[in-house]
Amino acid sequence: MKAIVLAAMLGLAAASALAVEPGERLADPALEARARALSAELRCLVCQNQSIDDSSADLAHDLRVLLRQRLTAGDTDAQVLQFMVRRYGDFILLKPPVQPDTYLLWFGPFAVLALGAAGAAIYLRRSRRGPDRAPAPLSAEERRKLDKLLAEDGA
Amino acid sequence: MRRLIYLLPAAAFTALAIYFFVSLSRDPSVLPSAMIDQPAPSFTLAGVGDQPGLARNEFAGQVVLINFFASWCVPCRVEHPLLMNVSRELGVPLYGIDYKDKPEDAGKFLSELGNPYGRIGADRDGRVGIDFGVYGVPETYVIDKAGRIRLRHVGPLTPADVAKELAPLVKALKGS
Repeated sequence: MKAIVLAAMLGLAAASALAVEPGERLADPALEARARALSAELRCLVCQNQSIDDSSADLAHDLRVLLRQRLTAGDTDAQVLQFMVRRYGDFILLKPPVQPDTYLLWFGPFAVLALGAAGAAIYLRRSRRGPDRAPAPLSAEERRKLDKLLAEDGA
Repeated sequence: MRRLIYLLPAAAFTALAIYFFVSLSRDPSVLPSAMIDQPAPSFTLAGVGDQPGLARNEFAGQVVLINFFASWCVPCRVEHPLLMNVSRELGVPLYGIDYKDKPEDAGKFLSELGNPYGRIGADRDGRVGIDFGVYGVPETYVIDKAGRIRLRHVGPLTPADVAKELAPLVKALKGS
């Protein structure tokens, strides 16, 4: 069992390392680790649902190399991301930034949840109060009808 | 009047459904450019073969079209006949940037089909492409007199694109 798990993990590790070619890696392991983390956050614009870390597209390769050049030149992680966003827009970030035009995206679900909860609370409070309310007393006309019906039944 | 509030969820659902349905027919591969209204990146590129190259400051003060192309790009062949006329039609220069291409292949491509470009820069490693935010060829840019990018068109240009998108913009930019 252990062997199977280990084999599966190795397989996964190998799969995730496929796109980054050996020639692209930086000699400094700390810098390379930062490069890997950053490239996992950047969208490959050709394949769109892959990060440039996963993608073997030509442009993804170019961007990985460029990203490593920027890091080697001494850019911070934020500067590298900004460099990419200036050229390709926020779309290149796999995780959209929290800013006014994405508030709906980030907070919309919570707003809908709050609305639903408020609706449910109002409904529950009303229906709980409902049975406590005494029904309206019968009118004289209704009372006469009821007496008549009961009398028929008894006969 | 109070009952109308119960129609609200249904109305919201209908609005969403219409929005999503319309979005289905949008082409997800066409991305908005982050470079719109930004100054065009500066570059100096060598030419293809022994032809003169292209530099950003050569077309300062003019409205120009920049077309990213490559000999290996099939849609570029599709739009090529249109490019042959677009410069004359719109009355502005058309410059080419040969994206990630071998000079000999680009030379063959141009001698076979004709050269629609006033000048061509060879972007062999694709760095200028990245500075423009290019993610696939062909892409066509309209640059105004102040050197700002005013329009990006992704994919091959069609006569309808030229008539509806490029022509009105170029006319307005030339007049300004």
